[in-house]
Amino acid sequence: MSEQVWPLYEVFIRTRGGLSHRHAGSVHAADDQMALDHARDTYTRRSEGVSLWVVRSDRIVASDPAETAAFFEPAEDKIYRHPTFYDIPDGVENL
Amino acid sequence: MTPEQHLTAYILRLGDNALVLGQRMLELVAAYPELEEELANANFALDYIGQARMFYSYAGELEGAGRSEDDFAYFRPEHEFKNLLLVEQPNGHFGDTIVRQVLFDVYYLGLLEALTRCSDQRLAEIAARAEKEVRYHLRHSAQWLVRLGDGTEESHRKAQRSLDGLWRFTGEMFAADALDEAVLASFGGPNLADIAADWQKDISTIVDEATLSIPQETHMASGGKQGMHTEHFGYLVAEMQSLPRTYPGATW
Repeated sequence: MSEQVWPLYEVFIRTRGGLSHRHAGSVHAADDQMALDHARDTYTRRSEGVSLWVVRSDRIVASDPAETAAFFEPAEDKIYRHPTFYDIPDGVENL
Repeated sequence: MTPEQHLTAYILRLGDNALVLGQRMLELVAAYPELEEELANANFALDYIGQARMFYSYAGELEGAGRSEDDFAYFRPEHEFKNLLLVEQPNGHFGDTIVRQVLFDVYYLGLLEALTRCSDQRLAEIAARAEKEVRYHLRHSAQWLVRLGDGTEESHRKAQRSLDGLWRFTGEMFAADALDEAVLASFGGPNLADIAADWQKDISTIVDEATLSIPQETHMASGGKQGMHTEHFGYLVAEMQSLPRTYPGATW
């Protein structure tokens, strides 16, 4: 048995047509094809989705927690960027 | 025997293959080194158990003697199971398991495809549902055989030995007996000669991609379809039936 650990992949599932893919979790796999199969076997057992994306976790470029202040705080006092004055019509979901 | 009795016996045999292979795979539950493969194996095993339930339920209705799926699975003796010898072979190491799955999945997928076109509508519907599951199982098992065969020197050697060891159980799949011929004639069932030709082609493709070699012609073992099993089978049946036989009617 190899002691090597398979690389980690992040799994994204589109639950039904029209919605976007959402992060569901992660799987280990030896290659891309196996990652897709593992995602299918791990995360869609209860009909959770109609489409899957997998991407190697180390290929994701993430923001640095140390830079949170510069990245995100300037947006906090700019309430005019939030379209809060729209009325959402009844019956509109997923907005 | 009437055509309906032939069909009933034939469907029971389909159920036996699915049940016994599912039971073998369930022996591996909680034994896989990787969580994702663990889940895949358990999913596939339960797919086969689910197929067995559909076959047994239908066979029970056709038989009309009031036997349920549980009666077929848990209260028949060893020699009444007519599954192929291949599916009862022990899991061995991972290479043995994968080779067994590939050899069976290619055959079974061809069989199910043919059954979707048979004249018995209910059987065709069960086959159509099972076909989708098995198509994915084969995708999984074939990819693994390629990884093992075209992997390290050790995995290649082990996979070739597994293939050589299990090859003698493949002849039985295509040896048409009276039941196969009766269902072909009366219900447009699978023609095993056609399925054998497709199997040879598909197995060659997978084995080539896995950089393995098709084993030499060898003596083919048979008997499973007549209820004469290999020595491993009694243990499988005993374990599978122990709970319902000890506590008949147990529920939880």
